[in-house]
Parts: sequence; C-alpha cells; structure tokens
Amino acid sequence: MWKEQKEFDCIVVGGGPAGSTFARVAAEGGLSVLLLEKDRDIGVPVRCAEAISDAGLRIFHEPNPRWIASKINRIKMVAPDETVVEFGLVETGYILDRRIFDYDLAQYAAQEGAQIVTKAYVDGLIIKDDKVAGVKGIHLGERFEKKAKIVVGADGVESRVGRWAGLQTHLKLKDMESGIQKTVAGIEVTENMFEFYLSKKWAPGGYLWVFPKGKNKANIGLGISGYYAKNGKAAHKFLDEFIHWKYPQASVLTTVVGGIPVGKTVKQMVADGLMLVGDAAHTCNPLTGGGITPGMRSGLLAAETAIKALQRGGPTRENLFSYEKEWHKIGGKNHERFYRIKESLYKLNDDDLNNIARTIVAIPEKNRTLMKLFSAAVREKPSLILDVARVFAGI
Amino acid sequence: MIEIAENKCDFCGCCVGVCPVNCIEVKEADIRIEHEICIDCDICVYVCPIEVLSQIEPNKSTTVAAA
Ligand SMILES: Cc1cc2nc3c(=O)[nH]c(=O)nc-3n(C[C@H](O)[C@H](O)[C@H](O)COP(=O)(O)OP(=O)(O)OC[C@H]3O[C@@H](n4cnc5c(N)ncnc54)[C@H](O)[C@@H]3O)c2cc1C
Ligand code: SF4
Ligand code: SF4
Repeated sequence: MWKEQKEFDCIVVGGGPAGSTFARVAAEGGLSVLLLEKDRDIGVPVRCAEAISDAGLRIFHEPNPRWIASKINRIKMVAPDETVVEFGLVETGYILDRRIFDYDLAQYAAQEGAQIVTKAYVDGLIIKDDKVAGVKGIHLGERFEKKAKIVVGADGVESRVGRWAGLQTHLKLKDMESGIQKTVAGIEVTENMFEFYLSKKWAPGGYLWVFPKGKNKANIGLGISGYYAKNGKAAHKFLDEFIHWKYPQASVLTTVVGGIPVGKTVKQMVADGLMLVGDAAHTCNPLTGGGITPGMRSGLLAAETAIKALQRGGPTRENLFSYEKEWHKIGGKNHERFYRIKESLYKLNDDDLNNIARTIVAIPEKNRTLMKLFSAAVREKPSLILDVARVFAGI
Repeated sequence: MIEIAENKCDFCGCCVGVCPVNCIEVKEADIRIEHEICIDCDICVYVCPIEVLSQIEPNKSTTVAAA
C-alpha cells in the first residue's frame, strides 16, 4: 500500500497520457512507481478535442475500438469568406473517447505494478542538498510526504512541479492558446471529416474545430492566442457566436475549458532527481496543439532514461539528460519548424486566408495535400517553405 | 488586485500556466491567488477562456511585456 511505503523509485505527478505512459514503462522496467492524480477520476474532465492520428497512436498501442468514437479520412478547411477546401487525408485519424482511453492507459500502468492514487494533490517538493528528493501533498484532507529517487512532473499545462525545482516553465502569453470546447448533440456532421475554421473572426491566433463523434454529435471548440485574448473578447464569446450561427439547434452535453501550450519545449526537461513530461514540458505540437502523441512519446523516452539512470549512477541531471537529448533528436527539430510555421500562419489576415483557400480550390482535389496548403500559406517566406517541406516529409 | 469569480471557474489551470510568479494554485475544485506575490501583470485575466478573473484596480496593472 502506498500509505505505508515511504520511498519509491519514481513518483509521477499527474495521470494524463504522459504520466500514465511513464508509469507503465517504468514499472515494466522493474521500478517502483507511485502516480498521484489530483482529480477524482483518471481521464475526467476531458479537456481535449480528442483527435489523434493512426500512426501516432500505433507507436504505443494497437488502436482499440473501445477508444474510438470516429474514424477520419477527410479534412475540410473553411476560409473567412466561407470558401471550402476539402480533401482526403493520406493518413487515417481518429476522434478518441479520452474518458476510456486515459482510463485504460492508467490501468495498463497499474497492471505493470505502478500504484495509482486519485484525489492526491501535490503541493510541493522535498528538496535535499539542492536535489529533488520527493513530494509533499494532501490526500483526502490528510497531508503526506513521500520520497522518490525521481519525481516526474506530468502535471499538464498548469504544471508547477518544474517551477518548484527552480526551472522556468511558465508560458509567454502568445504561446498559450486559451481554449474552450462544447460537446454538442442534435446536429448533423460528416462522420469521417475533421473540420477547421480559420479566421480572425472565429478564432484569432488559433483555429476553430468541429470534430465528429458519430453522425449527430461533435466536439466543437476553439483556441485563441493569449496575445489576441488581451483585446478583451474571451474565448467563450467566440464559441457561443459560432455555435449560435452554425448550429443554433445544438444541445450542449459538456463544456470544458483549457489551455494549450503552443510554445517551444521547455529549455530544461530535467534536473537532479526531476523529469518533466507532456504538457508540463510543452511537448504539444505548436502548430496543431496536438499533445496526446507527443506527451506519450516524452513519457516513454523519459521512462527509458529513468530505468537506465537508476541502474547505473543514479538520478543526476547528467544521467537524466539523455531523455532531453533523445526528445530533441526525435521530435525537436520538427517541433521548432512547427513553431515557426505557426508564428507565420497566425499573422495572416483574413484576406490572405481567403486568397490561399482560392488558390487551393483551383487545384483538382486529387492533387490537394496538407503540404500544398501550408506551402501556399507561407509562400511569402521562402525559408518557411523549407520548414513545411521538411515537416511533411516526416509524416 | 485580481478578483476571482469562483463560481464560474472550471479549474482548468490555463491561468497557472502563464503566471510569471507562480502565485496561482488550482486544485480539483478550488482556486487561490497569493496576492502578496502577485505582480498584477493581468496575463491570467487575458487567458482565462471564461472570464473568471478580473483586475479590480486597473491603474495597478503593468504592461504585458513585463512577463
Ligand atoms: C481544448 C483542448 C483541445 C485539445 N485537443 C487536442 C486534440 O484534439 N488532440 C491532441 O492530441 N491534443 C489536444 N489537446 C492537448 C492535449 O489535451 C494535451 O496535450 C494532453 O492531454 C497532455 O497530456 P499530459 O499527460 O501531458 O497532461 P494532462 O492530460 O493535462 O494531464 C495532467 C494531469 O495532471 C494532474 N495534475 C495537475 N497538477 C497536479 C498536482 N499538483 N497534483 C496531482 N495531479 C495534478 C491533472 O489533474 C491532470 O489529470 C487539447 C487541449 C485542449 C485544452
Ligand atoms: S483559466 Fe479561468 S477557468 Fe481556468 S482555472 Fe484559471 S480562472 Fe479558472
Ligand atoms: S496578475 Fe499576473 S502575477 Fe498576478 S496572478 Fe495573474 S498572472 Fe499571476
């Protein structure tokens, strides 16, 4: 029982996809793992539009039909003047049911021997000789302290774990998307299609999505850049206006809000006795805001490093650093390219977006690709065209 | 000073992620600001998707560039 056990190899703070993946892999590798989640349920509330690519999911798990609400093979982009660009996706996508998905990921970790505790809020670190040595927190009104060789901050966009250890992990205003989403029913949507609405009037410095969950239900949400949010119109107003205009008959089943970290990966992902994974380390794709796959990948890489570090030498910054190196090797360059494309894309005004849409519409559908779309979007900046070519070469 | 309309809050932590001085705490169903540490930069006010936070002493607010 976790209550009696004073010390663990790893304590993971946060039970999202990044934390559960770390816990599973570390436990599988023979480490003793405690995962602490502040909420009552793993996977709830779902602060996510739940989109993932088949290839991304398959890195970790065979897609399980239990997790999948819709299978996607088409994409629709709507320009400010409502010019519609549609095309087929080379790669299959899914809309997950993250309540079930996140729950299963935690269950896999438990099966490997990780101990998982909900309603356990971590509010500080034990620091010994300038090194992170454990966590402090509160569980059902009772305070606790637990020692760990490695503390893993998997505490999402609101992460404070790194900051308690002295790392600078807060996001700049322009690198935070202020997000809101409603799951609505009683509407008609195309079951196999991602829909994106791009305009300063719908979602300045971000985009609005309609992701189907079956034929009559969808996640409709948006993220606006914090930079634009300072103009005084908050995210919820944009979403209410859109739903009122497009789906006035919609019934709202769930409303969630949340922040999406669209900055570069944090400068330091590790310190002595500490690793940061997932949104806590800003691993989200800065262009799309997709953070499930990168979060799981960072959890996996961090756990592999943790296992090695504890086998030889201990959890020093030097020994944990290979996680950071691996992360940058596998995804880092693309992460930075996506960041540059995002910066440029969100500067386009509505006329630019309309022009791009018209350019793409003129191309026969079978020749349309996401890469052509983005190349058109950044054509004023030749250096970015190379970024686009490189990121899409890898997909 | 930042005022919190607590009954509107969804406890998403978006504001926590941008606070430059780490003075916001969001639990499962509880939000608190340590006002002595807060530098009134107002960034949390801007990013909150549902307008839970507001600056009630507008003259105190510094510029966004401060963060
Ligand atoms: C509106 C919205 C739409 C999105 N859409 C998509 C999408 O379609 N596709 C996609 O791939 N990504 C999407 N994302 C991003 C995605 O949701 C995240 O990147 C992903 O959930 C990150 O996983 P994580 O494990 O790092 O963190 P999280 O899933 O956020 O998990 C962190 C966990 O830590 C817990 N926690 C925090 N602090 C503490 C503490 N002090 N003590 C204990 N527990 C704590 C939290 O309760 C939470 O359960 C979206 C995000 C938002 C906000
Ligand atoms: S951003 Fe708004 S809704 Fe989210 S925790 Fe902060 S105050 Fe609450
Ligand atoms: S005003 Fe600035 S310092 Fe104060 S709580 Fe908000 S973000 Fe933090």
